[in-house]
Amino acid sequence: MSGAGTASNQARSGSSAARQRWAPWEDPNEKPHVRIVGVTKRFGDFVAVDNVSLDIYKREFFSLLGPSGCGKTTLLRMLAGFETPSEGQILLEGEDMSGVPPYERPVNMMFQSYALFPHMSVEKNIAFGLKQDRVPKAEIDRRVAEVIEMVQLGQFAKRKPHQLSGGQKQRVALARSLVKKPKMLLLDEPLGALDKNLRTQTQFELMNIQEETGITFVIVTHDQEEAMTVSSRIAVMDHGRIVQVSTPGELYEAPLTRYVADFIGEVNILEGRGAQREGDHLVLQCPDAGCAIQTGPYAEDGGDESLWIALRPEKVRISKEPPADSSRNCMTGEVWDIGYLGNLSTYHVKLDSGKMITATQANMARLIERPITWEDRVYLTWAPDAAVVLRD
Amino acid sequence: MSSSPPPAAPATAPQAAVESPEVARQGTQKLLKYLVIAVPYLWLLAFFLAPFLIVLKISLVEVRVAMPPYSELITFVEDGWIAFHGSLENYLWLWDDPLYINSYLSSLKIAATSTVLTLLVGYPIAYGMARAPRRWRFALLMLVILPFWTSFLIRVYAWIGILKKEGLLNLALTHLGLISEPLTILNTDIAVYIGIVYSYLPFMVLPLYANLEKMDLSLLEAAADLGCRPIKAFWVVTVPLSMTGIVAGCFLVFIPAVGEFVIPDLLGGSETLMIGKTLWTEFFNNRDWPVSSAVAVILLLVLIIPIVLFQRQQQRSAEAEA
Ligand SMILES: Nc1ncnc2c1ncn2[C@@H]1O[C@H](COP(=O)(O)OP(=O)(O)OP(=O)(O)O)[C@@H](O)[C@H]1O
Ligand SMILES: [Mg+2]
Repeated sequence: MSGAGTASNQARSGSSAARQRWAPWEDPNEKPHVRIVGVTKRFGDFVAVDNVSLDIYKREFFSLLGPSGCGKTTLLRMLAGFETPSEGQILLEGEDMSGVPPYERPVNMMFQSYALFPHMSVEKNIAFGLKQDRVPKAEIDRRVAEVIEMVQLGQFAKRKPHQLSGGQKQRVALARSLVKKPKMLLLDEPLGALDKNLRTQTQFELMNIQEETGITFVIVTHDQEEAMTVSSRIAVMDHGRIVQVSTPGELYEAPLTRYVADFIGEVNILEGRGAQREGDHLVLQCPDAGCAIQTGPYAEDGGDESLWIALRPEKVRISKEPPADSSRNCMTGEVWDIGYLGNLSTYHVKLDSGKMITATQANMARLIERPITWEDRVYLTWAPDAAVVLRD
Repeated sequence: MSSSPPPAAPATAPQAAVESPEVARQGTQKLLKYLVIAVPYLWLLAFFLAPFLIVLKISLVEVRVAMPPYSELITFVEDGWIAFHGSLENYLWLWDDPLYINSYLSSLKIAATSTVLTLLVGYPIAYGMARAPRRWRFALLMLVILPFWTSFLIRVYAWIGILKKEGLLNLALTHLGLISEPLTILNTDIAVYIGIVYSYLPFMVLPLYANLEKMDLSLLEAAADLGCRPIKAFWVVTVPLSMTGIVAGCFLVFIPAVGEFVIPDLLGGSETLMIGKTLWTEFFNNRDWPVSSAVAVILLLVLIIPIVLFQRQQQRSAEAEA
């Protein structure tokens, strides 16, 4: 799990560097494509979406990420116009969308269940939206052929939906929602029904299509890896609220809360007290770790309450030799378990306090030459910036 | 059903003796199975095939003033020989007299028209029921079925009270000032249409409701999302998807309506021509059993086509669901 997570994270770091420069959300002059302002949705007493405010920019690939039932689909349905917000406003290109029915919104949605019309062939399904707009027949044919080409469905054009596999249906649904060239495309767990290989492949196809068409994509997923792979930014949701909105890199490197840190990738969480300021850093006493921890830059003063520290497994160095200064940023323990993942090994180390810490190491040497084995006494160290202070 | 393994071939006598109760049990089980399957067949044989053969036989012979009022089809002559007296004369007679052909055509026309009318009335009802809040649906379904608790004949009689010149409908309309002269509805084709639509409405509503209720509503959302207005979405999504329900309902109304007798007899006028009525007149007034039997046989042949089509359609929709 963590192995695959970090692998995809590393894989994207090259392209994300290029993408990082394109950051309209950091530019105060940039106008958001969609503004969600204080939107709340209640079903009876139940609050499905709780005071959500979000700005999404043109050409973004924006993900809504969160566990089942946290309100992702509800938020998306409000963007499409199927649900009306109980409170708040949705603005598309500065225009208030309340009262605009779904069939008049320049927004298309790809449904979680695909919702293909069973009585129409693939072609007819895709042409449906264009027909509603009274596009001339010749142009319909041309544009349908174009998207059919794009999603590689050429040989299935005449088939009915029940004659297609899950992956093919998903392509038809995608083609159908793309063919109208909407201003914004909403995708509700578009890849949920696909197996892992097809899923990864389709993720990259989606990214290519998004780049080619320049349409703003808002995608719902509960797969953190998928969100990390495709997104320009991710909004992490919990119980109808937005917990954090960040780029994938930031979300991983600088989670704001324990919930986010835990949700994205694997993490060790430690509790520290008695914060002392040292320049940009804090120094915390951490009885679980059996040492003092110098954290990464943190602006606020900790005060007396306990703080939480996140430490990613791949940032922890594991060694049989003690470091020069073992009183700070150094935990000692015994190797409890080793998980071999091919390119990586995961070490579960039991500290003297009884706490389990996970550390991953790239397998440079061959398996039999691995220097650390079960029940070895090891030292775990890390660079100060690797320890991230969480808000709660 | 018979999940027990087949008994191995008995190698020795004592072993066979041990196994025989098992074999016997299997035998009874098989017998039971055939009995269960046989019940509907026996039913059809006794109450459909046998009467049909009797009617067919009568349709081939001549009318007699006797009891029974027709001649014998087969007589025994001496030396164990049998003589066959059948002819197709009655059928030729049906062809010669335009009354019969007109009755058939008029029946088909009335049945077809009232089927369309029933569909027009039934579809909105079924649609409303299928889209009603879930907790109401059962009550609405009961309301559709409830009239069956009263005899069909009584319900048709009741319509006389409503439709006649000084009936409830005319009273209400005159009181409201909508009409000055009472309308003549009873004893016209309109009354027959009203009667058929009313009586057969549940047969239209129930299959339509079953179909519309299981429709995936996200398809309508998808249509709206692609720019289709709700009214258009009804025509291009809901109606095509409910086609199996429409077809089933139409057959269930059309087939019995063709042979309907009670409604045209009670509500229709003297010029309302329906084959059921013609048959009744032939049988009870003219006491011509052979000709009326021929009328019945032809009616059955006419109805076989829609019945077979209906069977096919039912089978296909059942297969589509599996
Ligand atoms: N029409 C409705 N009436 C009542 N409650 C609803 C309705 N639609 C959604 N909810 C509730 O709102 C909450 C959020 O639902 P939503 O479908 O947005 O979740 P989700 O984040 O998309 O979950 P999943 O990942 O399982 O799709 C759920 O607890 C759900 O039960
Ligand atoms: Mg959902």
